[in-house]
Amino acid sequence: MPETQTKQVVEVGYGGNERLMMNMGPQHPSSHGVFRMILTLEGETVVAVDAVIGYLHRCHEKLGETLTYVQYPSIASKTDYVAAMTSELAYVSAVEKIGKFEVPRRAQYLRVVAAELQRIASHCLWLGTWCLDMGGALGGGATVFLYCIREREMVLDRFEELTGARLLYGFHQIGGTRYDAPPGWDKKVRETVDFIEARIDEYEAMLDDNTFFRVRTQGVGVISRELAQEVGVSGPLIRGSGVSYDVRRAEPYSSYQDFDFVVPVETAGDCYARYRVRMVEFRQSIRIVRQALDGLPEGPISSRPGVKSVGQVRVPKGEGYTRVEGARGEVGCYIVSDGGPKPYRMKWRGASFSNLAVLPHIVPGHKVADVVAIMGSVDPVFGEVDR
Amino acid sequence: MDAIADDGLTVTLPRERWQEFGRFAREELGCRYFNWLSAVDWKDQGLEVLCRVENLDAALVLTMRTRLAAGETACPTLTHLYRGADWMERECYDMFGIVFEGHPDLRRILLSEDWEGYPLRKDYAVDTPFAPYR
Repeated sequence: MPETQTKQVVEVGYGGNERLMMNMGPQHPSSHGVFRMILTLEGETVVAVDAVIGYLHRCHEKLGETLTYVQYPSIASKTDYVAAMTSELAYVSAVEKIGKFEVPRRAQYLRVVAAELQRIASHCLWLGTWCLDMGGALGGGATVFLYCIREREMVLDRFEELTGARLLYGFHQIGGTRYDAPPGWDKKVRETVDFIEARIDEYEAMLDDNTFFRVRTQGVGVISRELAQEVGVSGPLIRGSGVSYDVRRAEPYSSYQDFDFVVPVETAGDCYARYRVRMVEFRQSIRIVRQALDGLPEGPISSRPGVKSVGQVRVPKGEGYTRVEGARGEVGCYIVSDGGPKPYRMKWRGASFSNLAVLPHIVPGHKVADVVAIMGSVDPVFGEVDR
Repeated sequence: MDAIADDGLTVTLPRERWQEFGRFAREELGCRYFNWLSAVDWKDQGLEVLCRVENLDAALVLTMRTRLAAGETACPTLTHLYRGADWMERECYDMFGIVFEGHPDLRRILLSEDWEGYPLRKDYAVDTPFAPYR
């Protein structure tokens, strides 16, 4: 911390309006990772927030410059480890764009299935942990958490059948996907999404009719339309603030133009609006998964023959930015190639980083307990914030 | 100003017109959405700062870029135009050592305050030891 921050720590007095500096995190259970907030309080009310990030920093961008195009995708999944499929996709799409690699249609559809299942799994984890954070108000809170984790497990089982891994997949590779769907997999996926679809109605019945839940989320942590754009939040946050921005619509990639889905938009901008957006996204993801499985074309899954050495994929000189819609918003990758086997420069645009940057603007004025609700509704994954 | 197919507009600016064009993009072109800001180290040809802003309603994507002279690290800030530039410029300062003039709170964001050097510069070796572990 710089000098100016540490000096104004406590002004103790008994007048009733003294300010107190309180440290929240980095090991706070509600931070879902390592995140520290230095709250300046007046009584119970937060007047200023200093967000301290970087505890999970591994300098992925430098790593990307030292690893070849073939090596990096499996590391890319470690940025946003809760939605590993989409972060891998962001990287390989950027390389495909500069290198002009074709992606077969079957691979594009498989990518869509994987990405949408991942969105369901990620939203399950978000909903469960968020309700756990607000535990007391929801009659223990662990109920929703355990239900959500159960459903997430089913999706992870499908990923295990597809890739052999449950958290970090290495599914995407430049020019296609590494694995094809095993026999009978589509039937299992359909059963899974049917089951989850019915369960989502249950979550909503548990939460929407719960007065405590509504009191804790409605009107809390309002992000205005203007603020959302200026800070550059994306995903459910910007859609909860009345901006219909979804990369799948704005700039369709991987055959998203073939599918019929709705981009949910809420105008209130509060925690409840973000919750509503994500609940609709659950159902839209299920819709897309079904359409993709129905229309899954036959054919090869990769346009690029297997390589014997990791340095054999070369990308012509150039640069490009590619974005995909991850579970938390726009995940982008900017790559500068100098024609070698490694990128000259690689930049991650982490959705969580930009989303979290809105916290210091919306938290002041709320009570300490609301900080937890607001942070949960932002759904940050610190692997992606710190990269 | 030159257009790149399917990647919006790219505008290369001299350093002096960085803020002026940022204001033009925001007010005249309606680019209210601040997407990201970063830099590229071109070794002896200096650092290049890139910024991507968008007009979501008109689907207009604008990438602004400016090249700093070799050895120069000062760049004007965009924080008075976009609040999102706050963290992005701090990250850029942290990783490249680019000093954004006029930034209200320019300090390291991902690395600790006592970190030496700027990791994403090309002259920073991957295995540079960090002070406590030397």
